[in-house]
Amino acid sequence: MNQDRLIYLDNNSTTPTDPRVVETMLPYFNQYHGNAASRNHPFGWIAEEAVDNARNQIADLISVDPREIIFTSGATESDNLALKGVFEMYSRKGNHIITLTTEHKTVLDSCKKIEKMGGEVTYLEVNREGLVDLDALRNAIKDTTILVSIMWANNETGVIQPMEEIGKICAEKGVLFMSDATQAVGKVPVNPKEVGVHLMAFTGHKMYGPKGVGALFVNRKNPRVKVTSQMDGGGHERGMRSGTLNVPGIVGLGKAAELCKKEMADEAIRLAALRDKLEKGMKENLEEVYVNGSVENRMPHVTNLSFKHVEGEGLMMTFNQNIGVSSGSACTSASLEPSYVLMALGLGDDLAHSSIRFSLGRFTTEEEIDIAIRQVTDGVNHMRDLSPIWEMYKEGIDLESVQWTEH
Amino acid sequence: MAYSEKVIEHFKKPKNVGTLDKNKNNVGTGLVGAPECGDVMRLQIEVDEQSNIIKDAKFKTFGCGSAIASSSLATEWLKGKSIDEAMAIDNMDIVEELALPPVKIHCSVLAEDAIKSAITDYKKKNGLES
Repeated sequence: MNQDRLIYLDNNSTTPTDPRVVETMLPYFNQYHGNAASRNHPFGWIAEEAVDNARNQIADLISVDPREIIFTSGATESDNLALKGVFEMYSRKGNHIITLTTEHKTVLDSCKKIEKMGGEVTYLEVNREGLVDLDALRNAIKDTTILVSIMWANNETGVIQPMEEIGKICAEKGVLFMSDATQAVGKVPVNPKEVGVHLMAFTGHKMYGPKGVGALFVNRKNPRVKVTSQMDGGGHERGMRSGTLNVPGIVGLGKAAELCKKEMADEAIRLAALRDKLEKGMKENLEEVYVNGSVENRMPHVTNLSFKHVEGEGLMMTFNQNIGVSSGSACTSASLEPSYVLMALGLGDDLAHSSIRFSLGRFTTEEEIDIAIRQVTDGVNHMRDLSPIWEMYKEGIDLESVQWTEH
Repeated sequence: MAYSEKVIEHFKKPKNVGTLDKNKNNVGTGLVGAPECGDVMRLQIEVDEQSNIIKDAKFKTFGCGSAIASSSLATEWLKGKSIDEAMAIDNMDIVEELALPPVKIHCSVLAEDAIKSAITDYKKKNGLES
């Protein structure tokens, strides 16, 4: 268990900043420290030019106009701005928003707030694969609907929604389509205009850029979308988001976008192969291993596995001295409830408690995957030796028939 | 999430993992918790029928590190105790010994329940008052 190296397989939580990104950012802390809003001296001009350049790099990655990029502090802010900003801006048109039960907490909690502010929100369920039911979506849209908010790719399972089909339904019904694309941008091709997405949130630290900087794409033409600002002040970012621009962060986000554009395709192939190797290794070594969510429609670098009759947090303890992953187990959350995303897929509580998310990244090596397969296998075996329900399962006892004492 | 050293020690090298023959008259079995809740403990005691002293104790636990450590510690404490002494083990003793944080107190409660359930089972089998 004592490996000298640390293995990071939790890239959906955050990615390391690429050294090339860090290098690009550094001069903008002190060498070029100007405020991008200072229009009357070279310090400001240099900063503004750097921001313009970054805006171009980001727009280029997602094939939009640079004027459609609003810089924020990250995806949480972008999601809040999109949802609450649309709710306020379009209040005369309607007050109904449609989203999914498997969205990130940011979207769900913003929707809860909107309900308190007088909005109406429909939370659509997903199928066993984690995918939206398109007919249910179509039926949920009504006269008062102003926005459909559906994430591009899920953070826990990596499942990618049928964006094009959703976009068509929204266009047909004349409602705005927003997407939290935090996990997708920089990892898989994301082109909001092609699929009819009008607002899209993403962040630097999930795509090898820095933390504390993100963006919201806001469609400018056909339709021209506007959001009411949630942060008031100097009127930056076309009045939609005030606050002095985080120039080093934005420069970093721009560089990260440029690198993703260049390397994403090859990276996806490499990571999918490693991910498949990990999955295959676990399934060959162990019985009763399940992949959670769609395997056809998912991100190349993510797998969410359940190891039956083993509790996720306990399992992580067997290898977390040197391997970083996440679990949907209740014990890892403050709420003591297992992952609501996995529960929404129709997994029983027991499988949700037994889940581990592996998310690979740019710096993951094959050797690390080999080590992970070995250590996780040992961990599962250790935990199953300790597990009374594994013993009962092996004895052929029907666990459903046991009188458990809920607590 | 930082675990205390004692939790890690019990987790890595759990004491008294195993299964006693639940059909034997002097073995009491307690099975508490539920898979849906994320922890299940099975704790067993083997009692010397003459003296009512616990000769052996075994456990298996499905759960987090704290749950496993709590049950491992409980089996250590049970061995050599009379069933009356064992009945007096309080979950807060476990919390203190393992330095469990507030969110993990339920693990110690489960261990106490498992002890009491195993003793009750033993008493029932042997016609003792419970």
